[in-house]
Amino acid sequence: MIGELLIKGGHIIDPSQELDQRADLLISEGRIIKLAQNLDVPGAGIIDAEGLIVSPGFIDLHSHLRTPGFEEKEDISSGTRSAAKGGFTTVLAMPNTEPPLDNLSTITLLMTLAEKEGVIRVLPVGCITRGRKGKEIVDMGELSQAGVVALSDDGSSVADASVMYQAMCYSLAFNLILIEHCEEPALAADGQVNEGIVATRLGLKGIPTEAEDIIVARDILLAQATGSRVHIAHVSTATSVNIIRKAKEKGIKVTAEATPHHLTMTEESLLGYDTLAKVKPPLRREEDRQALIQGVADGTIDVIATDHSPHTDAEKMVEFDKAPFGISGFETALPLLLGLVRDGYISLYQLIDMLTEKPARIIGKLNLGTLKTGSPAEVTLFDPEKEWLVSKNSLISKGKNTPLIGQMLKGKVMATIFGDEFAYLDESMRIEHA
Amino acid sequence: MAGKRRHILDLDDFSAEEITGVFSVAEAMREVMGRPVKKTPALRGKVVATLFYEPSTRTKVSFDLAAKMLSAEVLSLQPQTTSVAKGESLIDTAHTLEALGVDILILRHASSGAPYLAAQNTSLNIINAGDGWHAHPTQALLDLYTIWRHKGSLEGLKVTIVGDIKHSRVARSNIWGLTTMGAKVTLCCPYTLLPANLGNTGSLFPEVSLKPDIYSALEGADVVMTLRLQRERQAYGDLPSIREYTNLYQINDERLKLAKKDVVLLHPGPVNEDIELASACVYGPNSLIKEQVTNGVAVRMALLYLLSQGWHK
Repeated sequence: MIGELLIKGGHIIDPSQELDQRADLLISEGRIIKLAQNLDVPGAGIIDAEGLIVSPGFIDLHSHLRTPGFEEKEDISSGTRSAAKGGFTTVLAMPNTEPPLDNLSTITLLMTLAEKEGVIRVLPVGCITRGRKGKEIVDMGELSQAGVVALSDDGSSVADASVMYQAMCYSLAFNLILIEHCEEPALAADGQVNEGIVATRLGLKGIPTEAEDIIVARDILLAQATGSRVHIAHVSTATSVNIIRKAKEKGIKVTAEATPHHLTMTEESLLGYDTLAKVKPPLRREEDRQALIQGVADGTIDVIATDHSPHTDAEKMVEFDKAPFGISGFETALPLLLGLVRDGYISLYQLIDMLTEKPARIIGKLNLGTLKTGSPAEVTLFDPEKEWLVSKNSLISKGKNTPLIGQMLKGKVMATIFGDEFAYLDESMRIEHA
Repeated sequence: MAGKRRHILDLDDFSAEEITGVFSVAEAMREVMGRPVKKTPALRGKVVATLFYEPSTRTKVSFDLAAKMLSAEVLSLQPQTTSVAKGESLIDTAHTLEALGVDILILRHASSGAPYLAAQNTSLNIINAGDGWHAHPTQALLDLYTIWRHKGSLEGLKVTIVGDIKHSRVARSNIWGLTTMGAKVTLCCPYTLLPANLGNTGSLFPEVSLKPDIYSALEGADVVMTLRLQRERQAYGDLPSIREYTNLYQINDERLKLAKKDVVLLHPGPVNEDIELASACVYGPNSLIKEQVTNGVAVRMALLYLLSQGWHK
């Protein structure tokens, strides 16, 4: 229990209030109480936040907590503690579990487990179609009442355009957003890496950029036709960024996310057959990465999402084409993104906006991602300059599957407050009592 | 290039000097093969294992024979009769062989990159005997050696490769080796059998030219390499029919006349006779197909010898 806590001397960035200034923040019993200069509160615990950035807790619209069904990869406890170490206080859990999150009882099970074992907020994403099979739409009304905030068949596209059309129409009544993993299945079949020089050099089947672009374009047209909202998951190609930009100019209700790995890595990471860099959509060319960064800078890409996809070591230590797709992403997201800030592509304020207020708005949870008085106390404190070594031991997630193992990264979360508890507290941090 | 070569995984890290070095050791090995007692003690006390996850006749026999002529202990493992059939992983199998004292592991695998996995996770010397679509470096070296023996040099030769380039590890390794040795490579195939971003349509090997028309591709060629056509390509939709492929791309005597008079013809085998290659050509005067098999043993002896000696690049 934190009780009454004064976060003193930090640099507050809260885009929901257009705040970017040095100030003190007082929280008490799980609520934001006050944000002001030179606060003095007798009896309150004090955290010295000198040199730290203090922001609303981050929101991740795309993660895989693997529960139920794949707890060897991740469970609620490891997954939410990993997210907290990355600065996240709310994560959306994708429904490609076993059984999938396409029915009331599995979703209720997940929410019960999240309540019991989670250290942050887990919001379930329901399937768009039963069993993620792309044939019959789920009971969206029932799922909405159970608490799902979005629907997705993530891991696959809804391949049949007529099913997607029906799903969009039907979802309108519940104001649920559809999150689409854009991948035309026939074009991408058996693909391992981006189609191009690296695929040719390694002798691996390629996944062409068009596999993504075709579905992005299709879903935008369907969203226009139905008036539904569609959110494009993990955009990875230059053409998709352009299609989304044009759609937004026309006023079509489309939003989009990019992952830290697609913004900072390219297909070159695969040379040498590193299965830890094997991910879907695949890491693309440098020109795609540059277009994604441009999309982030000009607002075409609304939010950053990790697509945290933990796998066990044994699953990844196999022949390249037998290894599963995915990168463990919660704990390395912030330092990778701070690299974009240091390189001058985006401002720190823009970055925080894409991790807090913007994702909150997409899922319609306006009380989240903010430090406004009275909001739940969900606060992230980070040191943008602190360097740390990524190692298997440093990661809380069960998934040690990141190509960043062995690298020094710059930027570290020092504390993540969720309600009346520290969901994460760096061992160097002290709470003083006056 | 400095440093020791521990593995033969691909030809992308071989210099022209290194390849020429292989040729001269192979010449010495051919001499051994011509002796009445075909054996030298160069690898006595060394253990060489072949682990082939895919069927093979000539490559496997060639390696077995090469290792035996060098007096190595040879373990010939068949994954279908080992623990692999019980689901043992490649890394586990490689660790087991390492613990048993194997020095050199010769690996064939259907997955591109599998030899890298073994090389990165054990202390074994790995020779890639063909991995997926990726590489078949010993085949390419024996092809280069065969051409070199007949032409004296590879520099400036016009080499035309005809067939399924996209799914061919033989083609990929030969393109690396031939371009390193200064040959001018032309690829001839339908565009569905051409990998992305290769040759003058992309930026990997920009000096390689693409000619989907067999007649212009063969014109003035010093060397013609044909590739085995996998018959299932039609089912995958890469070809409308085998008949059409045969009509458009088969190498026969008449088409071979477009090449230089002293053109040599290679094929990695086994040949689909009268599909990619007319049977008359297989046994014709320009064919080096049989000699490729003999040279394969010499080159593999050379590679085993060089690896066991602590090969300085």
